[in-house]
Formats: sequence, structure tokens, C-alpha cells
Amino acid sequence: MQSNAALEYDYSLAKKFTFLTILFGFLGMLVGTIIAAQMAFPELNYLLGEYGTFSRLRPIHTNTVVFGFTVSGIFATWFYLGQRVLKVSIAESKFLMVLGNIQFWLYFVGALAATVSLLLGYSTSKEYAQYEWPFDIVVVLIWVLWGVSIMGLIGIRREKALYISVWYYLACFLGVAMLYLFNNMEIPTYFVSGGLGDPLHSVSMYAGTNDALVQWWYGHNAVAFGFTVPIVGMIYYFLPKESGQAIYSYKLSLLSFWGLMFVYLWAGSHHLLWSTVPDWMQTMGSAFSVVLILPSWGSAINMLLTMKGEWNQLTDNPLIKFMVLASTFYMLSTIEGPIQAVKSVNAIAHFTDWIPGHVHDGVLGWVVFMIMAAIFHMVPRMFKREIYSKKLMEAQFWLQTTAVVLYFTSMWIAGITQGMMWRAVDEYGNLMYSFIDTVTVLHPYYAIRALSGVLYLTGFIMFAYNIIKTMTSGRELTEEPQFRTPMA
Amino acid sequence: MFHWLEKNPFFFASAISIVISFAGLIEILPNFAKAGRPLVDMTPRTVLQLAGKNVYMKDNCMACHSQMIRPFKSETDRYGKYSLSGEYAYDRPFLWGSKRTGPDLHRIGNYRTTDWHEEHMKDPAKIVPGSIMPAYTHQFTNIADIETAYAEAVTVKNVFHTPYGPGIKSGKAAWEAYKPTVLAEAKKIAADMKDERVKSAMAEGKVPEVVALIAYLNSLK
Repeated sequence: MQSNAALEYDYSLAKKFTFLTILFGFLGMLVGTIIAAQMAFPELNYLLGEYGTFSRLRPIHTNTVVFGFTVSGIFATWFYLGQRVLKVSIAESKFLMVLGNIQFWLYFVGALAATVSLLLGYSTSKEYAQYEWPFDIVVVLIWVLWGVSIMGLIGIRREKALYISVWYYLACFLGVAMLYLFNNMEIPTYFVSGGLGDPLHSVSMYAGTNDALVQWWYGHNAVAFGFTVPIVGMIYYFLPKESGQAIYSYKLSLLSFWGLMFVYLWAGSHHLLWSTVPDWMQTMGSAFSVVLILPSWGSAINMLLTMKGEWNQLTDNPLIKFMVLASTFYMLSTIEGPIQAVKSVNAIAHFTDWIPGHVHDGVLGWVVFMIMAAIFHMVPRMFKREIYSKKLMEAQFWLQTTAVVLYFTSMWIAGITQGMMWRAVDEYGNLMYSFIDTVTVLHPYYAIRALSGVLYLTGFIMFAYNIIKTMTSGRELTEEPQFRTPMA
Repeated sequence: MFHWLEKNPFFFASAISIVISFAGLIEILPNFAKAGRPLVDMTPRTVLQLAGKNVYMKDNCMACHSQMIRPFKSETDRYGKYSLSGEYAYDRPFLWGSKRTGPDLHRIGNYRTTDWHEEHMKDPAKIVPGSIMPAYTHQFTNIADIETAYAEAVTVKNVFHTPYGPGIKSGKAAWEAYKPTVLAEAKKIAADMKDERVKSAMAEGKVPEVVALIAYLNSLK
């Protein structure tokens, strides 16, 4: 292995994507908080006329968080750690630099345009794949650019063996490419009908049950390859780097990686339990969801054991706290998911608020915590400055942890209450509740969830402030910190 | 083997691709043709209903409403017969939804009327006290894009052989010839409505979004 002392990495791309991560994170969470409040206080639906209803805003929340915040975070961390684990500066290749910049601008402009299109009501209605066909083409272009960039950097690498994180980023690239392409196959109606109607409108290549299967094969695995795979890739880099500890077990990494790759995709049909897809597919979805615990917990345990003997760091380094909590929430949501995928549980849980509850303990607790930790680790090294305030980090940590707990506990109760009320019958076998009874009963939980949104968003603003202050007025560092990130 | 793969990125990436492709191939492909079959004697939606479906998608009703009645007594008691795969054979995209903040709509045409929908879209909480659904008053002034709906019918007819009649053909002229059929259908719906804005738009030969939407909702049976 070569020494990296002589290597100066180029962080311009990582910096750009870090800005976008913060921008889209703020926007996505702001819209999320607004729509959470709308469910408790419906009058809030009328702030923006036609454009401000819950239904119109919800895809903006999900897409901004998935394709805005998370994907920016993936790009930012890749352009940071990709160079470091491959021991090559991206600036060594003019081509890759130009490519990276095209990717950045196309992505930025594309994301804004796509958001406006959703606001105007252009939507293919497939969850997390709502963008109409021209925006899909832009997404594919961006993804191809990123793919070329990854392959290019790997092509000119000095370190021959690919580090674990690179496996995960590669898998993220390949998985999302496959899923996105197949699920977004659509035919623009304008061209087939001889120039009639709206050029942006399209119809799906698949119909009915088939469309549902393809969609949830995508929907579930977009979570896999967007919210799990690259985030695991991040923690495999940032936790050892921050703690100064070596990964606990290489074999466990192998098992978890290849296990995750093989098992995850099968579980998509657990979104369609009790629907009209064939029974054997539903059973496969359930069974593989349970198997999925193994590779998921494998990674999480590998991370926790990496801290073996160094748990004192948890008390005095908030960055470690963020990452340990992230892997803990990863464990929570990867045991909760399989529970919900059991057919009898799903009969109650499906269509209720328990599902968004599950999504959010994964996303708020795992994805966002990990990405914020990554940024806390990267920014002092990219800007050569100390973190602006450790106190603020601590406060943010506890505020957001409280918010996540409020979110999922309220949604657990709401979901199970609603699921049980829908099926409750009186002594004569008649339904006990009309539908509206099962809505009004949820008001307190919706209010708690809205509060949790406000807390989490406040925490994110504290994060953004801390990072911006670090960039502009943190104490300057003369040399790069080896492990632990210095903070004031 | 793993050590070797980790030094050979091309083969590493190929290995990932193979491992992740299994599930889709085995779970989705074998059933594809069978799951695509419609029920016997089923007709595709009319152009007006398609326009209504597009309003349903534009205002993203599926964020809160499902169209999938599961085979439980508690669901069939509440919503009607459980859903069958063939019923969705012409639905592009499928609109099953994944969340029931509001009730399922797959058979709403059986138990709600045009009049009910008109009042409900204006002020849901007036019709259903305690409802948290927002009013969709803009659907009374926005004009439905029936030309795009027609283009959609032409597309699915030409590409997927969805059984539309000979009147559905590509080109402006065919659309102009077909348009009165759509307007006539819309008039029937609007005849049961009271809103003045709807009446005056219809008189000008325009179809407000709410009329198309109700045509679609009434067709969900």
C-alpha cells in the first residue's frame, strides 16, 4: 500500500454536492413537516391554493428527500471517499473533472425542474418514480455520468483492492440503474397519437398487476440501493476513520454484502401482500424479508463491534454518537420491516400509518444521521477548519433523537389503532366503526408527529448552521486530522 | 475468489449484476402474460373517464386512497367484492395506492353519486364531519385535458391493442371528429351537478376537471 502523504485530493465536487445535500435536506424536511402538520390541522392545506394540498406536496417531500438529499449525499461522499480509498485524486484526470461538473449542474437544474413539474401536477403516479418521461431521461443521463465517473476513477486507481465502501457504491450505481430503467418504461402519448395533447404525458409500459409488481420491485429496492446500500458504504468508511478502529470482521462484511445483494430484491412483493399478485410471490416476499435480517444485522453488528474496547469515544465524540445511533436505528428498522412483512401482521399494518412510521425510523434515524455524520467528518477536512461548535452538535443530536422517537412511537400507535379499528366487529359480526371514526381518533398522533417534524427540522437547521459556520469561521487547521475530527 | 474479485472491478460489477437480477427474473417474468389478462367482457375506460383518471393522478388522490380491496370480511363488508387481477388489466399505471388516510375507492361507483361527489369535493368536512381531506375547489375551474386523454387512448390502442373502437385514431382530424362523443358523455354527468361554474364551462364546450373526475369515480365499480 502506498503512503497517501504526497497525495492532495481535489474536493471541489464533494463540496458542491455537500451544499446540495444541505439545501435539499432542508427543503425536503420542510415540506415533510408541512404535510405532517396538514394531517393534524387540515386548514394548512390552503396556503398555496391548488399547489399546497397534501396530495400535491407529498411526492415533492419524498422525491426531494430521496433524489435530492440522499442522492446528493451519496454523490458528495463518493467524490470525497472514492478518491481516498482508491488513492487517486480526481483532478489527475481532466476528463473526470469535467464529467463531474456536468453531472453536478445537470443534477441541480434537473432536480429543480422536476420539482416544479411535480408541483404543477405532472406525475406518473408511481411512488418515488413520479417524474414524467423527460425528467426520467435526465435522471438516466446523470446516473450514466456518475457511472462513468466511478468506473473512470477505479480505472486510474493506485490501490488495487477495492475497499468495502466501493463495493457498496458500485452496487448502488448498478442496482438503481437497473431498477430505475425498468420501472420507468413509459410511452409518451404525444408522439404515438400524431401530436395530440400534452407532450409531457406518458403511459406506463405495464398494466395493472404487472405494473404493481414492477413498481414495488422498484419501490422496495430503491430503498435498498438508495437508502441502505450506499449508506452502509458510508459507515464502512467514516466509522473506522473517525474512531481509528479497524473494521471488526472482513468475513462478516463479505457475508453481509453478498447476502444483501442476493436477498434484498426478492422482498419487493411484501408491499403487495393480500393483493392480486399470485400467492407464491407474496410468500416469497415474506420469507425473503425475514432472511433479510441476516445481512442487515450483519453490517450493523460489524459496525457496533468495530467500536469494541473504544466505547468511551461514545461519550466524548458526538460524531461517533451519530454513527452508533444510526446503526442502531438501522437494526431497529430492519427488524421492524420483516415483522411487517409477515402476512398476518401485514393484514393489520398495510395501508396504515405504521408504514410511514417504519420508513421514518429508517430514514430519519439511519439515513439522515449517517449522512450528517459524514458531512461533519468531511467538512473539516475539505475546508481545513475545526467544527464550529461541539455543544451545538450535542444539542442537535438529542433534539433529533427525541424527534425520531416521537415520530415512530406515535405512528406505531396510530397504525395499529387504525388497523384494529378497520377490522373490529360487534357481537353480531357487523363492522363497529365507520371509516371517519378511524380518522378522527388519530388526531393526537398526527399532532405529535407534526411536533416531531418541527423538532427534527430545527435540528437540521442547527446542523446546517454549524456546518456553514465551520466552513466560514471555524478555527483553521494546519494539518489534516488523522482520526477524530477536532471540534470547538 | 472474493479477494480476486475485489481486485478486478469489471468482474466484481458483473458479479453484482448477476446476483441482483435473479429476483426480478424469477418473481416477475413467469406470470407476466397471465397477470395481463382482462376479465371477460371488460371494456376499457372511456376518454372522459381517462381524463378523470388523469385528474386523479394530477391531484395525486392515491396519496391517501387505495384501490385494492383485500380478501377479508372486514374489507368486503366495508367496500364490496374483493378486487380481482383482471379488473386492472387496462390500468396504466396501476393506482392501488399504499396508504388509506381515506377509504378505499375501488368500488366507490357503487355507493356514491355524482351529486355526492360534487358537494364532497367542494367541502369534504361538510359532507363527512371530521374529515381531514382538503377541498379541491380548483377542480371546478380548471379545465380537464380531454385531448391528452384521447391521445392516451390512441396510444394504448396502437401499442398495447387495448380494445378501443374504430373511432379512436391518431391525428387532429380524428380527434375533432371524436370530441363530440366526449362532450356528450360529460354533459350527462354535468346534468346532475348544480355548480354554476361547471354549467357555464360546459356551455362553452369545455369540461371542468371535476366532471371528468366524477365520470372516473363513477366508473369504479
